[in-house]
Amino acid sequence: MSKKNHISFANAINEAIDIALNQDPSVLCFGLGVPDPKGVFGTTIGLQKKYGEERVFDMPTAENGMTGIAIGAAISGMRPIMTHQRLDFFLLAMDQVVNNAAKWHYMFGGEGNVPITIRLILGRGWGQGPTHSQNLQSWFAHIPGLKVVMPATPIDAKGLLLSSIFDPNPVIYLEHRWLHNSTGDVPEGDFRIPIGSANLLREGQEATVVAYSATVPEALLAVDFLRTNHNIHCDLLDLRSISPMDWEKVFASVNKTGKILVLDTGSSTNSFAGEIVARVAMNCWNSLKSPPQRIAMPDIPIPTSYALTKGLYPDSYTIASKILEMLGSGIVPDELLASSSSDHDVPGKWFNGPF
Amino acid sequence: MLLIRLLEEEIANQYPKQKMRCPTHLSIGQEAIGAAVGLILSKKDQTVSTHRAHAHYIGKGGDIKAMLAEIFGKSTGCSSGKGGSMHLIDRSVGFMGSTAIVGNTIPVGVGIGLSNKINKNNFVSCVFLGDAAVEEGVFHEAANFAVLHKLPVLFICENNLYSVYSPLHVRQPSDRQIYKWIEAYGMESHCADGNNPIEASLLISSSVEKIRSGMGPIFLEFSTYRWREHCGPNYDNEIGYRSVEEYEKWKDIDPLKRLKNELIEKGWLNEDTYEKLISALNLKVEEAFRFAEDSPFPDQSDAYNHVLAEE
Repeated sequence: MSKKNHISFANAINEAIDIALNQDPSVLCFGLGVPDPKGVFGTTIGLQKKYGEERVFDMPTAENGMTGIAIGAAISGMRPIMTHQRLDFFLLAMDQVVNNAAKWHYMFGGEGNVPITIRLILGRGWGQGPTHSQNLQSWFAHIPGLKVVMPATPIDAKGLLLSSIFDPNPVIYLEHRWLHNSTGDVPEGDFRIPIGSANLLREGQEATVVAYSATVPEALLAVDFLRTNHNIHCDLLDLRSISPMDWEKVFASVNKTGKILVLDTGSSTNSFAGEIVARVAMNCWNSLKSPPQRIAMPDIPIPTSYALTKGLYPDSYTIASKILEMLGSGIVPDELLASSSSDHDVPGKWFNGPF
Repeated sequence: MLLIRLLEEEIANQYPKQKMRCPTHLSIGQEAIGAAVGLILSKKDQTVSTHRAHAHYIGKGGDIKAMLAEIFGKSTGCSSGKGGSMHLIDRSVGFMGSTAIVGNTIPVGVGIGLSNKINKNNFVSCVFLGDAAVEEGVFHEAANFAVLHKLPVLFICENNLYSVYSPLHVRQPSDRQIYKWIEAYGMESHCADGNNPIEASLLISSSVEKIRSGMGPIFLEFSTYRWREHCGPNYDNEIGYRSVEEYEKWKDIDPLKRLKNELIEKGWLNEDTYEKLISALNLKVEEAFRFAEDSPFPDQSDAYNHVLAEE
């Protein structure tokens, strides 16, 4: 096993891109702000200097065009990594990604393929508001031909990004802004985590908790809290990818526990959590001991005001309460669990805005 | 150009039999540019195209059997029956793909140009577009990038005056010419008669040479006209979006007729050889139709393949 370093999620992404650029001359990295001093929250710092302006570059504010350009480059031998500071800007490019990237291989009968990685950052908090904090992963997961990856930890961020870059298909790589400064042990050098493989973070018999992206740290807090304080043991699955999806691990866990709670960062209706609930109902009906549950965002645009976002996002307290309710335990979780962070609209004390 | 005309006329004849069950946009009347570009570019140069791609595909040397089979929805089609008339591909001759959304392949062609530049292969990427595509943001985004990076891209705008049934003057200011507009990007830009095959060929040829020399992208606007309806085999002058007089005026300057007459005048062609050429090409057309008709349909289960590329 190679040496491990304790680094941030953002550094893990930077390392992955660095390794890919170094290893394969067909890898390109571009996006608004990629070579600027902030380097997309630190994820692209130093790359242009190291690999030159031809392969690492800024771009016009032209999301759709640049996505098509990435597709064109991809079908003629390049492996572009495109970065957008927010998913919301990328909505301009839905034509290229949905009508071209996702279908190119299919609609031309297998002639050519589109190995592009599109990094989209999901915003939250600090007044990001209606158009800077949308979590539209279910849109992409709805489109056959796209892979959708949503890492929650630094090690997965690196291993999944390398898999994404070298995958022959278009991959939507969704990184939650609240995870960028989280840290963890990450192996040095090139290593891959397969797309479509969930990770069982905690084991237990009483309920299955399914989480991904920014819901994972909150779910860990809740599950560990229940284990430590109430001797309640739950399976906690970090999906890591939502398309393709690791259904086997979800079904196996539900068949064991009979109860499932799914967490989602998007709005409830037509959320990916809804798909998981549906599939579990279809496949694990006889194992279920209580109705499947989900915790997702309400069906409203995200407001900007500090006051309006207070209490909007589910946290570890919400999750623990729901699990206890599903178990019919009658226990109310410790209020202290909810007050683990100071302000509700920042990911931690390190955060000083404005992003 | 003659092959394109004969093949498309036969598609129009047979379309009412309802065996070609996909939206089909014929190029009849505006074949000259696709034919000229295909002859001037090498098979290693790439082109991308639009919903009205038959002339571009055939001009570039695309396999007409595979194209017809595709329109018939057969497994032997160039896209295995997944794409239809609007999604043609023949990578063996550099025809990289045509798609159905207006402006959609413009940046793709520019991306191919980016790849060509990085790989220093001296190939030219040709982007076919129509007069409506320059109204799409994506055109301007891609054109700007092509100029910024001096990419080896030839933009060919076939201005046939209509976007479906909307005439140019309700979509763009009447006192502005498209090629003048594009010139403002710092891109060399010209306009010429798209129904004059020889004049158009000379312009395309000199432009391709300049692009190959590394001077960056060039935009060429060609005036032309589609004779038949926007989509389908019929004439539609009666529905009122354009006049019969206008149609007759353009039909009089049929590029095929003009080229034929010019070649006869110069003594390079006579009626006899022309007739022989038609017979020979008609045999190819018949053969392609027979191939398409005789080919098997894809298996139902094939709908589930090609969703993702294999490792």
